[in-house]
Amino acid sequence: MKIAVCVKQIPDPASDYELDPETYNIVRPEAQILDDTDRYGVEVGLQIADANEGEVFLVSMSPSGTLQGIRQALAMGADKAVMIDDETLVGSDSLTTAQALAAAITKEGYDIVIAGTESTDGYSGLVPQQVAELLGVPALTYATSVEYVDGVVRIHRQTADGYDEVEAATPVVVSVTAGVVEPRYPNFKGIMQAKSKPVDTYTAADLGVDPSVGQKIVSITPAPKRAAGTVVEDEGEAHLDIIETLEEAKVL
Amino acid sequence: MTWVVIESQNSAPTTVGLEILTKAAEGGDVNVVYVGAGSDEEFAVLGSHGASSIIVLSPAEDVLAPTPVAEALSQLIAEHTPGLVLFGTTYDGRDVAGRVSAKLGLSVVSNVVDFSTEGDLTVTNEIFGGSQLVNTQFTSGKTALALVRPKSFTAAETGSGAPTVSRVELPDGPNASVTARHAEASEGPKLESAAIVVAGGRGLGQAEHFGLIEELAGLLKGATGATRAIVDAGWVPYSKQVGQTGKIVKPDVYIACGISGAMQHLVGMKDSMTIIAVNKDSDAPIFSVADLGVVGDVHQVLPKLIEAIKAR
Repeated sequence: MKIAVCVKQIPDPASDYELDPETYNIVRPEAQILDDTDRYGVEVGLQIADANEGEVFLVSMSPSGTLQGIRQALAMGADKAVMIDDETLVGSDSLTTAQALAAAITKEGYDIVIAGTESTDGYSGLVPQQVAELLGVPALTYATSVEYVDGVVRIHRQTADGYDEVEAATPVVVSVTAGVVEPRYPNFKGIMQAKSKPVDTYTAADLGVDPSVGQKIVSITPAPKRAAGTVVEDEGEAHLDIIETLEEAKVL
Repeated sequence: MTWVVIESQNSAPTTVGLEILTKAAEGGDVNVVYVGAGSDEEFAVLGSHGASSIIVLSPAEDVLAPTPVAEALSQLIAEHTPGLVLFGTTYDGRDVAGRVSAKLGLSVVSNVVDFSTEGDLTVTNEIFGGSQLVNTQFTSGKTALALVRPKSFTAAETGSGAPTVSRVELPDGPNASVTARHAEASEGPKLESAAIVVAGGRGLGQAEHFGLIEELAGLLKGATGATRAIVDAGWVPYSKQVGQTGKIVKPDVYIACGISGAMQHLVGMKDSMTIIAVNKDSDAPIFSVADLGVVGDVHQVLPKLIEAIKAR
Protein backbone atom coordinates (compact mmCIF):
# COMPACT_ATOMS: atom_id res chain seq x y z
CA MET A 1 0.00 0.00 0.00
CA LYS A 2 1.10 3.55 -0.69
CA ILE A 3 0.70 6.38 1.76
CA ALA A 4 1.21 10.01 0.78
CA VAL A 5 1.95 12.47 3.60
CA CYS A 6 1.62 16.17 2.79
CA VAL A 7 4.30 18.17 4.58
CA LYS A 8 5.48 21.75 4.46
CA GLN A 9 8.78 23.51 4.95
CA ILE A 10 8.22 26.77 6.81
CA PRO A 11 10.34 29.57 8.21
CA ASP A 12 11.17 28.88 11.87
CA PRO A 13 8.08 30.07 13.85
CA ALA A 14 10.47 31.35 16.52
CA SER A 15 11.61 33.98 14.01
CA ASP A 16 9.56 37.03 13.04
CA TYR A 17 7.54 36.41 9.90
CA GLU A 18 7.81 39.01 7.17
CA LEU A 19 5.98 39.72 3.95
CA ASP A 20 7.76 40.96 0.87
CA PRO A 21 6.48 44.55 0.57
CA GLU A 22 6.06 44.26 -3.22
CA THR A 23 4.65 40.76 -3.73
CA TYR A 24 3.08 40.30 -0.28
CA ASN A 25 4.52 36.78 -0.24
CA ILE A 26 6.06 35.37 2.95
CA VAL A 27 9.81 35.85 2.95
CA ARG A 28 11.27 32.32 3.04
CA PRO A 29 14.89 31.63 3.96
CA GLU A 30 16.93 28.99 2.08
CA ALA A 31 16.85 26.74 5.12
CA GLN A 32 13.27 26.14 6.18
CA ILE A 33 12.25 23.68 8.87
CA LEU A 34 9.59 20.99 8.88
CA ASP A 35 6.29 22.39 10.15
CA ASP A 36 6.12 20.83 13.61
CA THR A 37 2.50 19.79 13.14
CA ASP A 38 3.52 17.70 10.11
CA ARG A 39 5.49 15.31 12.35
CA TYR A 40 2.15 13.90 13.51
CA GLY A 41 1.01 13.11 9.97
CA VAL A 42 4.35 11.50 9.15
CA GLU A 43 4.12 9.35 12.29
CA VAL A 44 0.57 8.20 11.49
CA GLY A 45 1.70 7.31 7.96
CA LEU A 46 4.74 5.39 9.20
CA GLN A 47 2.70 3.42 11.74
CA ILE A 48 0.15 2.34 9.13
CA ALA A 49 2.92 1.51 6.65
CA ASP A 50 4.90 -0.48 9.25
CA ALA A 51 1.87 -2.62 10.10
CA ASN A 52 0.84 -3.22 6.48
CA GLU A 53 4.09 -3.50 4.54
CA GLY A 54 3.39 -0.16 2.99
CA GLU A 55 5.56 2.68 1.79
CA VAL A 56 5.37 6.34 2.72
CA PHE A 57 6.19 9.17 0.37
CA LEU A 58 6.20 12.85 1.27
CA VAL A 59 4.69 15.43 -1.01
CA SER A 60 5.44 19.09 -0.53
CA MET A 61 5.16 22.35 -2.41
CA SER A 62 7.71 25.03 -1.64
CA PRO A 63 11.04 26.29 -2.82
CA SER A 64 13.31 23.30 -2.06
CA GLY A 65 16.10 25.45 -0.63
CA THR A 66 18.40 23.30 1.46
CA LEU A 67 15.64 20.66 1.87
CA GLN A 68 16.33 20.80 5.61
CA GLY A 69 12.68 20.36 6.55
CA ILE A 70 12.10 17.54 4.08
CA ARG A 71 15.19 15.69 5.35
CA GLN A 72 13.76 15.93 8.89
CA ALA A 73 10.67 14.02 7.73
CA LEU A 74 12.74 11.55 5.70
CA ALA A 75 14.87 10.94 8.78
CA MET A 76 11.76 9.83 10.66
CA GLY A 77 11.48 7.01 8.13
CA ALA A 78 9.58 8.13 5.02
CA ASP A 79 10.86 6.37 1.89
CA LYS A 80 11.07 9.26 -0.54
CA ALA A 81 9.92 12.81 -1.18
CA VAL A 82 8.20 14.51 -4.07
CA MET A 83 8.81 18.26 -4.24
CA ILE A 84 6.77 20.70 -6.26
CA ASP A 85 9.19 23.55 -6.73
CA ASP A 86 8.35 26.18 -9.30
CA GLU A 87 8.87 29.93 -9.17
CA THR A 88 5.47 30.54 -10.78
CA LEU A 89 3.78 28.81 -7.85
CA VAL A 90 5.21 31.14 -5.21
CA GLY A 91 2.28 33.02 -3.64
CA SER A 92 -0.28 30.33 -4.52
CA ASP A 93 -3.57 30.29 -2.64
CA SER A 94 -4.89 27.15 -0.97
CA LEU A 95 -6.69 25.96 -4.11
CA THR A 96 -3.67 26.18 -6.40
CA THR A 97 -1.58 24.48 -3.71
CA ALA A 98 -4.13 21.68 -3.47
CA GLN A 99 -4.26 21.31 -7.26
CA ALA A 100 -0.50 20.86 -7.38
CA LEU A 101 -0.43 18.41 -4.45
CA ALA A 102 -3.35 16.38 -5.84
CA ALA A 103 -1.71 16.16 -9.27
CA ALA A 104 1.58 14.96 -7.78
CA ILE A 105 -0.20 12.43 -5.56
CA THR A 106 -2.16 11.10 -8.54
CA LYS A 107 1.08 10.70 -10.51
CA GLU A 108 2.65 8.67 -7.70
CA GLY A 109 -0.46 6.62 -6.85
CA TYR A 110 -1.84 6.29 -3.31
CA ASP A 111 -4.19 4.46 -0.98
CA ILE A 112 -4.20 7.00 1.87
CA VAL A 113 -3.27 10.67 1.89
CA ILE A 114 -2.42 12.17 5.29
CA ALA A 115 -2.03 15.86 6.11
CA GLY A 116 -2.06 18.12 9.15
CA THR A 117 -5.23 20.16 9.61
CA GLU A 118 -3.41 23.39 8.76
CA SER A 119 0.09 24.76 8.36
CA THR A 120 1.64 26.92 11.04
CA ASP A 121 2.69 29.73 8.69
CA GLY A 122 -0.31 30.25 6.43
CA TYR A 123 -3.02 28.35 8.36
CA SER A 124 -5.80 28.57 5.77
CA GLY A 125 -6.88 25.12 6.97
CA LEU A 126 -8.39 24.13 3.61
CA VAL A 127 -5.82 22.16 1.67
CA PRO A 128 -6.69 18.61 2.91
CA GLN A 129 -10.36 19.05 2.00
CA GLN A 130 -9.48 20.57 -1.38
CA VAL A 131 -7.07 17.73 -2.14
CA ALA A 132 -9.80 15.20 -1.25
CA GLU A 133 -12.30 16.85 -3.56
CA LEU A 134 -9.79 17.04 -6.41
CA LEU A 135 -8.97 13.35 -5.92
CA GLY A 136 -12.70 12.56 -5.67
CA VAL A 137 -12.40 10.71 -2.35
CA PRO A 138 -13.85 11.17 1.17
CA ALA A 139 -11.97 13.27 3.70
CA LEU A 140 -11.72 12.12 7.31
CA THR A 141 -10.84 15.42 8.94
CA TYR A 142 -9.57 16.69 12.33
CA ALA A 143 -8.59 13.20 13.44
CA THR A 144 -7.59 12.85 17.08
CA SER A 145 -7.05 9.12 16.59
CA VAL A 146 -6.55 7.02 13.46
CA GLU A 147 -6.69 3.29 12.83
CA TYR A 148 -6.49 1.30 9.64
CA VAL A 149 -7.93 -2.22 9.37
CA ASP A 150 -8.53 -4.20 6.17
CA GLY A 151 -8.97 -1.32 3.76
CA VAL A 152 -10.99 0.88 6.11
CA VAL A 153 -9.72 3.95 7.97
CA ARG A 154 -11.49 4.80 11.23
CA ILE A 155 -10.92 8.04 13.07
CA HIS A 156 -12.16 10.07 15.99
CA ARG A 157 -13.19 13.35 14.39
CA GLN A 158 -13.01 16.38 16.65
CA THR A 159 -16.32 18.27 17.02
CA ALA A 160 -17.31 21.43 18.89
CA ASP A 161 -18.33 19.50 21.99
CA GLY A 162 -16.72 16.08 21.69
CA TYR A 163 -15.91 13.73 18.86
CA ASP A 164 -17.55 11.51 16.25
CA GLU A 165 -16.43 8.06 15.18
CA VAL A 166 -16.11 8.23 11.40
CA GLU A 167 -14.91 5.71 8.84
CA ALA A 168 -14.37 5.32 5.12
CA ALA A 169 -12.81 2.76 2.83
CA THR A 170 -9.60 3.65 1.02
CA PRO A 171 -8.68 5.58 -1.05
CA VAL A 172 -9.20 8.38 1.44
CA VAL A 173 -7.69 11.64 2.72
CA VAL A 174 -7.11 11.96 6.47
CA SER A 175 -6.29 15.23 8.23
CA VAL A 176 -4.76 14.84 11.67
CA THR A 177 -4.53 17.16 14.68
CA ALA A 178 -1.33 17.59 16.61
CA GLY A 179 -1.43 15.10 19.46
CA VAL A 180 -3.01 12.27 17.46
CA VAL A 181 0.12 10.17 18.09
CA GLU A 182 3.52 10.65 19.70
CA PRO A 183 5.86 11.37 16.78
CA ARG A 184 9.17 9.50 16.85
CA TYR A 185 12.47 11.32 16.98
CA PRO A 186 14.80 10.49 14.13
CA ASN A 187 17.69 8.25 15.25
CA PHE A 188 21.24 8.50 13.94
CA LYS A 189 20.69 5.83 11.33
CA GLY A 190 17.55 7.61 10.10
CA ILE A 191 19.36 10.91 9.83
CA MET A 192 22.22 9.32 7.84
CA GLN A 193 19.83 7.45 5.53
CA ALA A 194 17.75 10.57 4.91
CA LYS A 195 20.70 12.18 3.14
CA SER A 196 20.55 9.66 0.31
CA LYS A 197 16.81 9.06 0.01
CA PRO A 198 15.32 10.03 -3.36
CA VAL A 199 13.77 13.48 -3.78
CA ASP A 200 11.91 13.96 -7.07
CA THR A 201 10.99 17.44 -8.24
CA TYR A 202 8.04 18.51 -10.36
CA THR A 203 7.20 21.87 -11.92
CA ALA A 204 3.72 23.31 -12.47
CA ALA A 205 3.99 22.32 -16.14
CA ASP A 206 4.91 18.70 -15.25
CA LEU A 207 1.68 18.52 -13.27
CA GLY A 208 -0.50 20.51 -15.66
CA VAL A 209 -1.29 23.08 -12.96
CA ASP A 210 -2.33 26.60 -13.88
CA PRO A 211 -0.42 28.81 -11.44
CA SER A 212 -2.84 31.75 -11.67
CA VAL A 213 -4.54 32.61 -8.40
CA GLY A 214 -8.08 33.95 -7.92
CA GLN A 215 -7.30 36.41 -5.14
CA LYS A 216 -4.91 39.27 -4.54
CA ILE A 217 -3.83 41.25 -1.52
CA VAL A 218 -4.55 44.94 -2.00
CA SER A 219 -3.22 46.31 1.29
CA ILE A 220 -1.89 45.29 4.69
CA THR A 221 -2.14 47.06 8.01
CA PRO A 222 -0.83 46.10 11.43
CA ALA A 223 -3.69 44.93 13.67
CA PRO A 224 -4.57 47.35 16.47
CA LYS A 225 -2.39 46.56 19.49
CA ARG A 226 -3.76 46.25 23.00
CA ALA A 227 -2.73 49.05 25.31
CA ALA A 228 0.19 48.04 27.49
CA GLY A 229 -0.91 46.56 30.78
CA THR A 230 0.58 46.41 34.25
CA VAL A 231 3.10 43.72 35.09
CA VAL A 232 3.77 42.90 38.73
CA GLU A 233 6.29 40.54 40.28
CA ASP A 234 4.65 38.16 42.77
CA GLU A 235 6.12 38.62 46.21
CA GLY A 236 3.33 36.77 47.93
CA GLU A 237 0.53 39.31 47.52
CA ALA A 238 -0.05 39.43 43.74
CA HIS A 239 -3.38 37.62 44.13
CA LEU A 240 -4.70 40.89 45.59
CA ASP A 241 -3.88 42.65 42.31
CA ILE A 242 -5.90 40.01 40.51
CA ILE A 243 -8.83 40.54 42.89
CA GLU A 244 -8.67 44.26 42.20
CA THR A 245 -8.69 43.70 38.43
CA LEU A 246 -11.64 41.31 38.76
CA GLU A 247 -13.49 43.95 40.78
CA GLU A 248 -12.76 46.59 38.14
CA ALA A 249 -14.12 44.22 35.52
CA LYS A 250 -17.20 43.84 37.73
CA VAL A 251 -17.00 40.07 37.90
CA LEU A 252 -16.44 40.03 41.66
CA MET B 1 -26.58 38.55 -3.61
CA THR B 2 -24.64 37.37 -0.58
CA TRP B 3 -25.15 33.86 0.75
CA VAL B 4 -24.37 32.66 4.24
CA VAL B 5 -23.98 28.95 5.00
CA ILE B 6 -25.15 28.23 8.55
CA GLU B 7 -25.17 24.93 10.41
CA SER B 8 -27.77 23.81 12.88
CA GLN B 9 -26.29 22.76 16.21
CA ASN B 10 -28.54 21.29 18.91
CA SER B 11 -31.57 22.43 16.86
CA ALA B 12 -30.48 26.08 16.67
CA PRO B 13 -28.38 28.12 14.23
CA THR B 14 -24.73 28.37 15.29
CA THR B 15 -23.76 31.64 16.94
CA VAL B 16 -21.04 32.28 14.37
CA GLY B 17 -23.65 31.83 11.63
CA LEU B 18 -25.94 34.46 13.16
CA GLU B 19 -22.99 36.84 13.61
CA ILE B 20 -22.12 36.61 9.91
CA LEU B 21 -25.77 36.84 8.85
CA THR B 22 -26.28 40.04 10.88
CA LYS B 23 -23.29 41.67 9.21
CA ALA B 24 -24.17 40.43 5.71
CA ALA B 25 -27.74 41.73 6.01
CA GLU B 26 -26.39 45.29 6.37
CA GLY B 27 -25.52 45.07 2.68
CA GLY B 28 -28.94 43.92 1.43
CA ASP B 29 -30.82 40.69 0.87
CA VAL B 30 -29.17 37.55 2.17
CA ASN B 31 -29.89 33.96 1.26
CA VAL B 32 -29.09 31.45 3.98
CA VAL B 33 -28.15 27.88 3.14
CA TYR B 34 -29.15 26.09 6.32
CA VAL B 35 -27.57 22.73 7.09
CA GLY B 36 -29.69 20.61 9.43
CA ALA B 37 -33.18 19.26 9.91
CA GLY B 38 -34.56 22.78 10.23
CA SER B 39 -37.70 23.88 12.10
CA ASP B 40 -40.05 26.87 11.88
CA GLU B 41 -38.50 28.16 15.09
CA GLU B 42 -35.01 28.07 13.56
CA PHE B 43 -36.22 29.73 10.34
CA ALA B 44 -37.80 32.52 12.43
CA VAL B 45 -34.45 33.11 14.20
CA LEU B 46 -32.69 33.30 10.83
CA GLY B 47 -35.36 35.73 9.57
CA SER B 48 -35.01 37.96 12.59
CA HIS B 49 -31.24 38.12 11.97
CA GLY B 50 -31.71 39.22 8.37
CA ALA B 51 -32.29 36.18 6.15
CA SER B 52 -34.63 36.96 3.26
CA SER B 53 -34.63 33.41 1.92
CA ILE B 54 -33.51 30.03 3.24
CA ILE B 55 -32.50 26.89 1.40
CA VAL B 56 -32.44 23.87 3.71
CA LEU B 57 -30.04 20.94 3.22
CA SER B 58 -30.68 18.07 5.63
CA PRO B 59 -27.89 15.49 5.82
CA ALA B 60 -28.66 12.04 7.22
CA GLU B 61 -27.41 11.33 10.75
CA ASP B 62 -25.13 8.49 9.71
CA VAL B 63 -23.13 10.26 6.98
CA LEU B 64 -20.31 12.75 7.33
CA ALA B 65 -22.18 15.85 6.20
CA PRO B 66 -19.62 18.03 4.40
CA THR B 67 -19.24 15.94 1.23
CA PRO B 68 -22.93 15.73 0.23
CA VAL B 69 -23.54 19.30 1.47
CA ALA B 70 -20.67 20.57 -0.67
CA GLU B 71 -22.03 18.66 -3.67
CA ALA B 72 -25.51 20.19 -3.34
CA LEU B 73 -24.16 23.65 -2.49
CA SER B 74 -21.89 23.58 -5.54
CA GLN B 75 -24.87 22.90 -7.78
CA LEU B 76 -26.80 25.76 -6.18
CA ILE B 77 -23.86 28.16 -6.58
CA ALA B 78 -23.40 27.17 -10.21
CA GLU B 79 -27.10 27.78 -10.82
CA HIS B 80 -27.53 31.07 -8.93
CA THR B 81 -23.98 32.55 -9.10
CA PRO B 82 -24.05 34.55 -5.84
CA GLY B 83 -21.31 37.18 -5.57
CA LEU B 84 -20.12 36.05 -2.17
CA VAL B 85 -20.67 32.92 -0.09
CA LEU B 86 -19.70 33.18 3.58
CA PHE B 87 -19.04 30.28 5.94
CA GLY B 88 -18.37 30.26 9.67
CA THR B 89 -14.99 28.84 10.65
CA THR B 90 -16.33 25.59 12.10
CA TYR B 91 -15.11 22.05 11.48
CA ASP B 92 -17.84 21.38 8.92
CA GLY B 93 -17.68 24.92 7.53
CA ARG B 94 -14.01 24.46 6.63
CA ASP B 95 -14.70 21.08 5.04
CA VAL B 96 -17.61 22.35 2.94
CA ALA B 97 -15.82 25.54 1.83
CA GLY B 98 -12.74 23.55 0.83
CA ARG B 99 -14.69 21.03 -1.21
CA VAL B 100 -16.86 23.66 -2.95
CA SER B 101 -13.75 25.67 -3.77
CA ALA B 102 -12.06 22.67 -5.38
CA LYS B 103 -15.18 21.45 -7.17
CA LEU B 104 -15.98 24.80 -8.79
CA GLY B 105 -12.44 26.20 -9.04
CA LEU B 106 -13.28 29.12 -6.75
CA SER B 107 -10.75 30.95 -4.62
CA VAL B 108 -11.44 31.00 -0.89
CA VAL B 109 -10.03 33.22 1.85
CA SER B 110 -9.70 31.93 5.43
CA ASN B 111 -9.47 33.75 8.77
CA VAL B 112 -11.75 36.56 7.57
CA VAL B 113 -12.67 39.09 10.27
CA ASP B 114 -14.47 41.68 8.11
CA PHE B 115 -15.92 42.09 4.64
CA SER B 116 -17.47 44.76 2.48
CA THR B 117 -19.77 44.11 -0.47
CA GLU B 118 -19.98 47.78 -1.43
CA GLY B 119 -17.94 48.65 -4.50
CA ASP B 120 -15.26 46.05 -5.15
CA LEU B 121 -15.83 43.09 -2.88
CA THR B 122 -13.08 43.13 -0.24
CA VAL B 123 -12.48 40.80 2.67
CA THR B 124 -10.16 41.47 5.60
CA ASN B 125 -8.30 38.50 6.98
CA GLU B 126 -5.81 38.00 9.77
CA ILE B 127 -2.34 36.60 9.20
CA PHE B 128 0.67 35.89 11.42
CA GLY B 129 -1.38 35.14 14.50
CA GLY B 130 -3.56 38.18 14.03
CA SER B 131 -0.71 40.67 14.11
CA GLN B 132 -1.40 41.86 10.56
CA LEU B 133 -4.68 42.56 8.77
CA VAL B 134 -4.79 41.89 5.04
CA ASN B 135 -7.32 43.31 2.61
CA THR B 136 -7.93 40.79 -0.14
CA GLN B 137 -9.90 41.05 -3.37
CA PHE B 138 -11.04 38.33 -5.72
CA THR B 139 -9.77 38.53 -9.27
CA SER B 140 -11.63 35.90 -11.25
CA GLY B 141 -15.06 37.55 -11.35
CA LYS B 142 -16.54 34.28 -10.15
CA THR B 143 -18.31 33.61 -6.85
CA ALA B 144 -16.04 34.49 -3.92
CA LEU B 145 -15.81 32.18 -0.90
CA ALA B 146 -14.80 33.29 2.59
CA LEU B 147 -14.42 31.54 5.94
CA VAL B 148 -15.22 34.00 8.73
CA ARG B 149 -13.82 33.68 12.25
CA PRO B 150 -16.21 33.46 15.20
CA LYS B 151 -16.73 36.64 17.26
CA SER B 152 -15.88 38.94 14.35
CA PHE B 153 -19.35 40.53 14.54
CA THR B 154 -22.17 40.76 17.05
CA ALA B 155 -25.36 38.88 16.26
CA ALA B 156 -28.46 41.11 16.43
CA GLU B 157 -32.12 40.78 15.59
CA THR B 158 -32.23 43.50 12.99
CA GLY B 159 -34.12 41.58 10.32
CA SER B 160 -37.79 42.07 9.76
CA GLY B 161 -39.08 39.38 7.66
CA ALA B 162 -40.53 36.00 7.31
CA PRO B 163 -38.01 34.40 4.95
CA THR B 164 -39.08 32.08 2.17
CA VAL B 165 -38.00 28.50 2.85
CA SER B 166 -37.20 25.82 0.29
CA ARG B 167 -35.58 22.43 0.63
CA VAL B 168 -33.05 20.76 -1.64
CA GLU B 169 -32.35 17.02 -1.56
CA LEU B 170 -28.77 15.93 -0.94
CA PRO B 171 -27.16 13.64 -3.49
CA ASP B 172 -26.06 10.09 -2.73
CA GLY B 173 -22.47 9.17 -3.41
CA PRO B 174 -19.33 7.64 -1.96
CA ASN B 175 -18.84 9.13 1.46
CA ALA B 176 -17.57 8.59 4.96
CA SER B 177 -20.04 7.28 7.52
CA VAL B 178 -20.52 8.36 11.11
CA THR B 179 -20.87 5.30 13.36
CA ALA B 180 -21.12 7.05 16.75
CA ARG B 181 -21.23 10.54 18.26
CA HIS B 182 -19.81 11.49 21.63
CA ALA B 183 -20.48 14.71 23.53
CA GLU B 184 -18.01 15.41 26.33
CA ALA B 185 -19.78 16.21 29.57
CA SER B 186 -19.03 19.71 30.76
CA GLU B 187 -20.28 21.62 33.78
CA GLY B 188 -20.98 25.34 33.94
CA PRO B 189 -21.16 27.80 31.06
CA LYS B 190 -19.98 26.94 27.54
CA LEU B 191 -16.42 27.93 26.73
CA GLU B 192 -17.38 29.86 23.57
CA SER B 193 -19.95 32.04 25.30
CA ALA B 194 -18.76 32.27 28.94
CA ALA B 195 -18.25 35.72 30.44
CA ILE B 196 -15.21 34.46 32.31
CA VAL B 197 -12.66 31.95 31.08
CA VAL B 198 -9.93 30.49 33.26
CA ALA B 199 -7.36 28.69 31.12
CA GLY B 200 -4.32 26.58 31.91
CA GLY B 201 -1.13 25.67 30.07
CA ARG B 202 2.10 23.74 30.45
CA GLY B 203 3.12 25.88 33.41
CA LEU B 204 0.67 23.91 35.55
CA GLY B 205 3.28 21.17 35.52
CA GLN B 206 1.02 18.14 35.57
CA ALA B 207 -2.51 17.11 34.65
CA GLU B 208 -3.73 16.98 38.27
CA HIS B 209 -3.03 20.69 38.70
CA PHE B 210 -5.75 21.51 36.19
CA GLY B 211 -7.96 21.10 39.28
CA LEU B 212 -6.83 24.61 40.32
CA ILE B 213 -8.18 25.96 37.03
CA GLU B 214 -11.48 24.15 37.56
CA GLU B 215 -11.82 25.38 41.11
CA LEU B 216 -11.16 29.01 40.18
CA ALA B 217 -13.52 28.83 37.20
CA GLY B 218 -16.19 27.31 39.42
CA LEU B 219 -15.89 30.11 41.98
CA LEU B 220 -16.14 32.76 39.25
CA LYS B 221 -18.95 30.87 37.45
CA GLY B 222 -16.72 30.78 34.40
CA ALA B 223 -15.62 28.14 31.90
CA THR B 224 -12.29 26.36 31.76
CA GLY B 225 -10.00 26.52 28.73
CA ALA B 226 -6.63 25.06 27.77
CA THR B 227 -3.69 25.44 25.44
CA ARG B 228 -2.96 23.05 22.59
CA ALA B 229 0.08 21.75 24.49
CA ILE B 230 -1.90 20.34 27.41
CA VAL B 231 -4.73 19.13 25.18
CA ASP B 232 -2.19 17.25 23.06
CA ALA B 233 -0.65 15.88 26.24
CA GLY B 234 -4.04 14.42 27.11
CA TRP B 235 -4.57 16.44 30.33
CA VAL B 236 -7.92 17.83 29.16
CA PRO B 237 -10.28 17.05 26.26
CA TYR B 238 -9.92 18.71 22.84
CA SER B 239 -13.18 20.60 23.32
CA LYS B 240 -11.39 22.80 25.90
CA GLN B 241 -8.77 24.04 23.48
CA VAL B 242 -8.54 27.78 22.93
CA GLY B 243 -6.69 28.98 19.86
CA GLN B 244 -6.29 28.64 16.13
CA THR B 245 -7.17 24.93 16.08
CA GLY B 246 -9.61 25.23 18.96
CA LYS B 247 -12.16 27.78 20.02
CA ILE B 248 -12.12 31.55 19.62
CA VAL B 249 -13.22 33.22 22.85
CA LYS B 250 -13.92 36.82 23.73
CA PRO B 251 -15.01 36.84 27.38
CA ASP B 252 -15.19 39.82 29.74
CA VAL B 253 -12.25 38.35 31.64
CA TYR B 254 -9.68 35.78 30.49
CA ILE B 255 -7.32 34.43 33.15
CA ALA B 256 -4.30 32.69 31.58
CA CYS B 257 -2.48 30.47 34.07
CA GLY B 258 0.89 28.98 33.20
CA ILE B 259 0.37 29.89 29.54
CA SER B 260 3.34 31.27 27.63
CA GLY B 261 1.22 32.72 24.82
CA ALA B 262 2.22 30.97 21.61
CA MET B 263 0.85 32.68 18.49
CA GLN B 264 -1.58 29.84 17.96
CA HIS B 265 -3.08 30.41 21.43
CA LEU B 266 -3.13 34.21 21.28
CA VAL B 267 -5.33 34.27 18.17
CA GLY B 268 -7.99 32.47 20.16
CA MET B 269 -8.22 34.89 23.09
CA LYS B 270 -6.45 38.18 22.37
CA ASP B 271 -9.73 40.05 21.85
CA SER B 272 -10.96 39.31 25.38
CA MET B 273 -12.07 42.44 27.23
CA THR B 274 -9.70 42.06 30.20
CA ILE B 275 -6.77 39.65 30.20
CA ILE B 276 -5.01 38.52 33.37
CA ALA B 277 -1.90 36.36 33.01
CA VAL B 278 0.11 34.47 35.61
CA ASN B 279 3.39 33.03 34.39
CA LYS B 280 6.85 32.42 35.84
CA ASP B 281 8.71 33.66 32.76
CA SER B 282 8.68 37.45 32.59
CA ASP B 283 9.52 37.26 28.86
CA ALA B 284 6.45 35.17 28.03
CA PRO B 285 4.55 36.62 25.03
CA ILE B 286 1.27 36.36 26.99
CA PHE B 287 2.34 39.48 28.92
CA SER B 288 2.24 41.52 25.69
CA VAL B 289 -1.55 41.19 25.62
CA ALA B 290 -2.25 41.11 29.37
CA ASP B 291 -3.94 44.01 31.16
CA LEU B 292 -2.56 42.58 34.39
CA GLY B 293 0.49 40.37 34.21
CA VAL B 294 1.69 38.55 37.31
CA VAL B 295 5.21 37.21 37.10
CA GLY B 296 4.96 34.34 39.52
CA ASP B 297 4.31 30.68 40.12
CA VAL B 298 0.74 29.57 39.45
CA HIS B 299 1.06 27.09 42.30
CA GLN B 300 1.64 29.96 44.72
CA VAL B 301 -0.69 32.58 43.27
CA LEU B 302 -3.77 30.49 42.40
CA PRO B 303 -4.33 28.85 45.82
CA LYS B 304 -4.12 32.25 47.51
CA LEU B 305 -6.48 33.74 44.93
CA ILE B 306 -8.93 30.88 45.44
CA GLU B 307 -8.82 31.31 49.24
CA ALA B 308 -9.28 35.06 48.97
CA ILE B 309 -12.34 34.70 46.73
CA LYS B 310 -13.80 32.03 49.00
CA ALA B 311 -13.33 34.35 51.98
CA ARG B 312 -15.44 37.10 50.40
